[in-house]
Amino acid sequence: MSAPLLSVEGLSIAFPGEDGPVRVVDRLDLSIAAGETLALVGESGCGKSMTALAIMRLVPKPGRIETGAHIRFDGRDLLALSVPEMRAVRGASIGMIFQEPMTSLNPVATVGDQVLEAIELHADVSRKAARDRVIELFGLVGIPDARRRYGAYPHQLSGGLKQRVMIAMAMAMRPRLLIADEPTTALDATIRAQILDLIRDLSARTGTAVLLITHDFGVVNEVADRVAVMYAGQIVEEGTRVELLGRPRHPYTQGLLRSIPLAEARGRRLEEIPGIVPRPGHWPAGCRFHERCPHVFAPCVDTEPSRTPLSATHGACCHLVAREAAA
Amino acid sequence: MHWVSNVIVALLIVGAAAAARHAARDRFWRENAIQLWRRRGWSLGVVAVYLLIALADSIAWIDPPSEANALTSGRPRTIIDRIFQPETFKEASYSAPLASIAFYGGQPLAHPGRHLLGTDLLGRDVVYRTLKGVRVALLIGGLTSLVVIPIALVFGVGAGYFGRRIDDAVFFAMTVLASVPTLLLLIALIMVLGKGTLQVCIALGVTGWVQFCRIARGETLKLREADYVAAARALGVRDGAIIRRHILPNIAHLIIITFALSFTGLVLSETILSYLGIGLDGSWGQMIDQARNELSRTPVIWWNLAGASLALFVLVLAVNMIADAMRDIADPRTRRELR
Repeated sequence: MSAPLLSVEGLSIAFPGEDGPVRVVDRLDLSIAAGETLALVGESGCGKSMTALAIMRLVPKPGRIETGAHIRFDGRDLLALSVPEMRAVRGASIGMIFQEPMTSLNPVATVGDQVLEAIELHADVSRKAARDRVIELFGLVGIPDARRRYGAYPHQLSGGLKQRVMIAMAMAMRPRLLIADEPTTALDATIRAQILDLIRDLSARTGTAVLLITHDFGVVNEVADRVAVMYAGQIVEEGTRVELLGRPRHPYTQGLLRSIPLAEARGRRLEEIPGIVPRPGHWPAGCRFHERCPHVFAPCVDTEPSRTPLSATHGACCHLVAREAAA
Repeated sequence: MHWVSNVIVALLIVGAAAAARHAARDRFWRENAIQLWRRRGWSLGVVAVYLLIALADSIAWIDPPSEANALTSGRPRTIIDRIFQPETFKEASYSAPLASIAFYGGQPLAHPGRHLLGTDLLGRDVVYRTLKGVRVALLIGGLTSLVVIPIALVFGVGAGYFGRRIDDAVFFAMTVLASVPTLLLLIALIMVLGKGTLQVCIALGVTGWVQFCRIARGETLKLREADYVAAARALGVRDGAIIRRHILPNIAHLIIITFALSFTGLVLSETILSYLGIGLDGSWGQMIDQARNELSRTPVIWWNLAGASLALFVLVLAVNMIADAMRDIADPRTRRELR
């Protein structure tokens, strides 16, 4: 495999706590190849949104990225860039879509002008050319009657249309990477499918890589090329969609997949993972999942598992997987 | 000095025309303006009348010297002065509204039945004095707001947006100001600065920005965390542009409402200053202050007080009603019900 478009190495994000800094993301490694869609899956609070913000260097204060991490994008270490250099990367090379289309648009500016802002910021074009580009983009993201919608205010558009505007904004400069933080969570099921189709379609057409953050395996199954499962600030298993959904190896991934309601399992009680997600700063020693794991055995309690490769693309951090692989 | 006020009037008219043109083009402002007109057309009309009077009292010029205007030659006179001609249109002393004889002594008046609100101690027409007070009142409210709002916006938005040290510094300044009794500070400032329109406006401004600053800071603090500000950051927008395009437009309604509310507060506080003897010459506050002694006479001399109080009351009521309507329009919850 050639050099990935984005590679995150040893990313730790800490917030100050009562007894010193508390990590919410812990030595995370991640990579995305050009044009690829990686789904980052995990429960609420596992650090997936923070990881996305860290790539943009937008971790909210007082949180900070600990030294020693590298975020290489397109040959440059984003963490070493100056503030103006980083600003040039945001929006131009990396676009981002947020979870809440309802509140992610400025209520007192027309949607057209807001997309225009994105273009004028990074491209030296005339107002007229930028305006035409906005209307073209609106067409591209499937906003009907784009010319008229240019002057619409956010409250005049539906949630689905607003998310399309957000996508137009993020894709305005044809970024090489699009970070989508739960882009469909706030939308209806029917709109959700449309938006996912749109993201998949745009990514295929423009060659944009996508980092899709979600907790929904339905979404994963629909758009992802590769999947990374996150638990307590770390990636516990990653692999291609087929590998991970077809043969999940980490007990946490297995548990997550079993807890999806399925049509053929109607009437049966839905399986759940016992216990709760440990809070950052209260992660157990050893394997962080051991307190909730049905297969827990001796080394899990005190030794942190390392990544066991299962194929060129598949790997899991689990003592059980390591033992089975060794056997 | 009269040409300065002429230039300011010209600038104000040009500025207002430009603002109106911008508002008419932008749908957000146009819709809000229409809403306001529908609800408070009356109040807007009243304020417009006051504005016209103040304008008429601000445009002044000097006549070339001649026999006919020997009394006024060399002095700039405003349109209001030219209409009332206070040099000749006056009596010896008090006279009741529309009376034909003087209040004391019963001498026939020079202009019987023509003083709509009577005359004061020095025989000056009360209507004329009341109208002259309009300009002073609007100057105090307007000029002080022009001092207060930029200060409060810079400090408030800066403190709210950047936080940390800037926030600490602004908060310290506000706390210090708030710990000194306002009236005492006002008197002290006017003692130092001296009497005069600008001085009084500065004194009122220095003591009056804290409240608005607090509002601007709080609102910015809230908006700073808004999703669309996060989205703008993710697009690589600079802090300055975020403040200009995403924060200020979203607190614009607050700015306007605060302007209207502080305006009436300032006009009223000038009355208190006049009561203390440090007000502005020709203000309603002074007229009311003088009326204190007149009220104890029998029969009572009420027209001086009535003229100034009524003018003050109508202005404050109209502006407050406009501010109230603006608040309703700005708040989407009360707005939707009325659609």
